Amino acid sequence: MTTAQTKQEIAEANRRRYEQLRAAGQDLTPKGLPEATALDGAPIASEAVVSREQVPAGWYATVRLRRGEALRIVDDSGRSSVSLIGWREEDTSERINCADTVKVQWSAAISKGRVILSDMGRVFLSLVEDTCGAHDLLVGGSTPASTRAAYGATSRNTQENFLSAAAKIGLSLRDIPPCVTFFAPVSLDAKGRFLWNSSRKRAGDFVDLRAEMNLVLVVSNCSHPLDPARSASPGPITVIRHRIPPPAQDDPCRTTSPEIVRAFEFTDRLYA
Amino acid sequence: MTSPANPSSNPDSSNAVYCHDVPAERPWSRVLKQGQTLRIIDSEGQQAVDALLYCADDPTERYSAQDTLRVQGSAYVELGTRLISNRGRVMAHIAADTCGRHDTSAGCCSCESNAIRFGEETKYQHACRENFILELSRHGLTKRDIVANLNFFMNVPIESSGKFTVVDGISAPGNYVDVTADMDVIFVISNCPQVNNPCNGFNPTPIRVMIWDPPADVT
Repeated sequence: MTTAQTKQEIAEANRRRYEQLRAAGQDLTPKGLPEATALDGAPIASEAVVSREQVPAGWYATVRLRRGEALRIVDDSGRSSVSLIGWREEDTSERINCADTVKVQWSAAISKGRVILSDMGRVFLSLVEDTCGAHDLLVGGSTPASTRAAYGATSRNTQENFLSAAAKIGLSLRDIPPCVTFFAPVSLDAKGRFLWNSSRKRAGDFVDLRAEMNLVLVVSNCSHPLDPARSASPGPITVIRHRIPPPAQDDPCRTTSPEIVRAFEFTDRLYA
Repeated sequence: MTSPANPSSNPDSSNAVYCHDVPAERPWSRVLKQGQTLRIIDSEGQQAVDALLYCADDPTERYSAQDTLRVQGSAYVELGTRLISNRGRVMAHIAADTCGRHDTSAGCCSCESNAIRFGEETKYQHACRENFILELSRHGLTKRDIVANLNFFMNVPIESSGKFTVVDGISAPGNYVDVTADMDVIFVISNCPQVNNPCNGFNPTPIRVMIWDPPADVT
């Protein structure tokens, strides 16, 4: 009987903790997030640029980032969406994890101040600048089937881009996780059906992603499968690898919630 | 919630070719032949069941949560949902469902994500990913092969704002979901051991799995 009571007490304590975390994660954290970056904000000094590349519509690029460096992805035309996957350079079995990203932050919507997590309870990337705030973690990128349905014939698509990029670093279909797609304003109605909010896209929208580990990233510049304008040719994107100052004590991405503070503690231990 | 959502597909339990009770917190797997139906029964209610599917002939083809949601155009798994592979093929479909809604966006629990969600002391609690790693090893698969999974009987409403919450399970004792295989698949389950959120009512319990062959006139 004592054991049963103890089990009941543990369950009640766990529920209390869950409700406290939920209140903090869904009420307090969103209020503390920074404002979106202005389209003409956060200029990159020329000496901070490590490399720069323009990726044509339909194509992909593989970028290696050292911990502390950042990747700027710019939607030059306002017609592109950019799908991203990646792995930890030293152990590619550790990879981007959309489910943990959404679950731990209590939000399927990410914007400036949020992070993207790996599957090992560590921070993969921090969203340190973001003019757009409309990105998709649920639906994923285009595939041979989605392009056939959209255009009547298979065209270049994100899934095959990821496969090609993975193959060139010795990885395979087994290593391709669900992706994040930037500049992809997907939301849901009350029944859970996906909606596309075209008004959230502008030419020149950009994100800066700070690497919290040494990473290999793949970005794919293919129209999102829900974008109703997808038959129009999407434009090129620009990807800029650049150096940024180390995060301050009160860095917005590192301090959003107790969960994220812990995730950074565990990440920092990798490099301690 | 006691009558099947699709009574015409309700097979006679005496004809089942397989029946097994999966203890609380344990994994299970089996190859389902094309046309066979797996019933997952939430024996005591409010029990999340994490699941992955792999093509038996080529396990690099596997369940894809994002492809499944894109093809369906909506965010929850329910009666009629086709489970799509990373090659764009239908692996299986939901043939009956007495619960009403299942998740495929929240992933599985792991020691590592528990530690950041609920505190470092919860790192040393059993988790679905431990189950998946052990069960996949029986099929020559590894942690690399774990992708975003299905969460049967797990209730995760997503609001238009993006607010994302694991809330109390809505499945009652005896609720079930039937999954009919459209190709030969390795079906892998973790009977979720999570005690830190409401997905299992803070109390993991056993589930029952049963398999039926397709009706003779269909084969």
